Amino acid sequence: MSDFTNVRPVSWHARGGLTSQTAYVALALVLLSLVMSAVSPAFLTIGNLSNVLTNFSYLGIAALGSTVVIITGGIDLSVGSSMAFSAIITALLFRSLGNTALVDIPGAVMTLSVFGGLAAGGLIGLVNGLFIARVGLAPFVTTLGMLSVVRGLCYALTSGQGVNINGADSNLFFRLSDGVLFGVPVPLVYLVGLALLMGLLLHHTAQGRYVFAIGGNERAAALTGVPVTRIKIGVYVISGLSAAVAGILLGGWLGSVPANLADGYELHIIAASVIGGANLAGGAGGPLGAIVGSALIEVIRNGLVLARVNTYWQDSFVGTIIIAAVCVDRLRSRLGR
Amino acid sequence: MALLELHGIGKSYGAVQALSNVSFSIAPGEIVGLMGDNGAGKSTLVKIVAGVFPPSEGTMSFDGRDVRFQAPVQARSAGIEVVHQDLALADNLSAAANIFLGRELHRRFGLIRLLDHAAMEQRAAQLFGELKSETRAADLVRRMSGGQRQAVAIARTRLANAKLIMMDEPTAAISVRQIAEVLALIGRLREAGIAVLLISHRMPDVFEVCDRVVVMRRGRVVANKSIAQSSPQEVTGLITGAVEAA
Repeated sequence: MSDFTNVRPVSWHARGGLTSQTAYVALALVLLSLVMSAVSPAFLTIGNLSNVLTNFSYLGIAALGSTVVIITGGIDLSVGSSMAFSAIITALLFRSLGNTALVDIPGAVMTLSVFGGLAAGGLIGLVNGLFIARVGLAPFVTTLGMLSVVRGLCYALTSGQGVNINGADSNLFFRLSDGVLFGVPVPLVYLVGLALLMGLLLHHTAQGRYVFAIGGNERAAALTGVPVTRIKIGVYVISGLSAAVAGILLGGWLGSVPANLADGYELHIIAASVIGGANLAGGAGGPLGAIVGSALIEVIRNGLVLARVNTYWQDSFVGTIIIAAVCVDRLRSRLGR
Repeated sequence: MALLELHGIGKSYGAVQALSNVSFSIAPGEIVGLMGDNGAGKSTLVKIVAGVFPPSEGTMSFDGRDVRFQAPVQARSAGIEVVHQDLALADNLSAAANIFLGRELHRRFGLIRLLDHAAMEQRAAQLFGELKSETRAADLVRRMSGGQRQAVAIARTRLANAKLIMMDEPTAAISVRQIAEVLALIGRLREAGIAVLLISHRMPDVFEVCDRVVVMRRGRVVANKSIAQSSPQEVTGLITGAVEAA
């Protein structure tokens, strides 16, 4: 009965995990890091590595949410604006709640301000999700519109000026968002924690499976009773929330939130997801890919700075890497045939 | 007592009358072949019974109750399952994941419910064993042959304990060895009291496994007779119109 006589076992290096896009990019990351530590002695210093790890965490956290959306076959272009909006809401709440009786309860101002910022990000995601899943609009156009709507709100709310985070609970907030935990920058701790949570949800819950099913064959998913609308709304809310986390942490690092925070960041976030292996056609991707993609982008940026390359060249380099990554992916699937 | 009864079912799309006055019934454990050329209305009829959309005219009863399905999930909970022609599978998931899509098995870890991958793969392997299929539960559907994909689709209906299974061209894209096995499986469904509506172009398959054949042409039923009282030549004539009705 089961006697695949013309099929031999697949050798270890040709097996699924090690031939995935994520594995290739991880390899590229390791090679690049080796090259850079050889070329510039400053690369492997504690100070530089700490910077790299911190910077890539913000990108990575936002890329986690973006990856989930991409797995369903959608896209969220509003993440950069959401980051800024959430950070601004948090900062404004710090300012207004800091003038109320809540200052007497330790941690209350901070908790409510952060919750407010997260809620703002989630709300943007909910609006995106409702337009895309309920009304049926295309994700690209919807989130492109929201990008502008939300960015405009950022400027309107702040009158174009930065909002300082100070007053009650601000030191506590800075410790929790920009501190160090056992020598590890706190944003990295959040990144790893959220990545583990996302991996658990995607691979070990029914809802996570539905996300992949919708990306693989939305019609089949609908026919088998998957709650497609609900899941789609959910992934955009997740994207908004992860952008909010990234934005609030970034605000904690800067200490003051400008209206143009994370301007244009959405392209880097999506690039990180795609480089890490999330297929824009849907159906594939994961938290490891988001992390590896973000790390690669940040290591390249860091490398360019250490090599004293003109900062104006950075975008060109990142763009080249995106194209190279999808070329490698195409080569990989062609070799596999 | 009939399991499925159709009375005067009609469906029109603007100027096109896709179905007119379709009436027939299926008893539990009966295998009915639904034949007809392209455009005869077979797919439309299956979609109505499967709950994709309601008919424009006519009534339907299932398991003794009058039904009018507005969504596939309603038909499924009544006990009607469909194996679609394109199998409605998610290529990027494993066979086990596809079988259990929408009805996953869980394990409890304190307060949290997580997927029970081992149980699902084991049950899937069991179903494939019953189907005598060379399909591995953990393989991705993307890498499977037509026959293996068909096995996954049929295994999904076995899991649902359906009372009526409608199969749209199940033997069209599978290996010779598996045609015999799929037909044997359909025979086993009969023994379990499950009714099967088999849409097929393949005359030998219909004449081998069906009890009755319903032939449609241009949206109407032109024949509804037992296989024993018909012949491939007669059915061919009915499909093409050479034989008006029987």
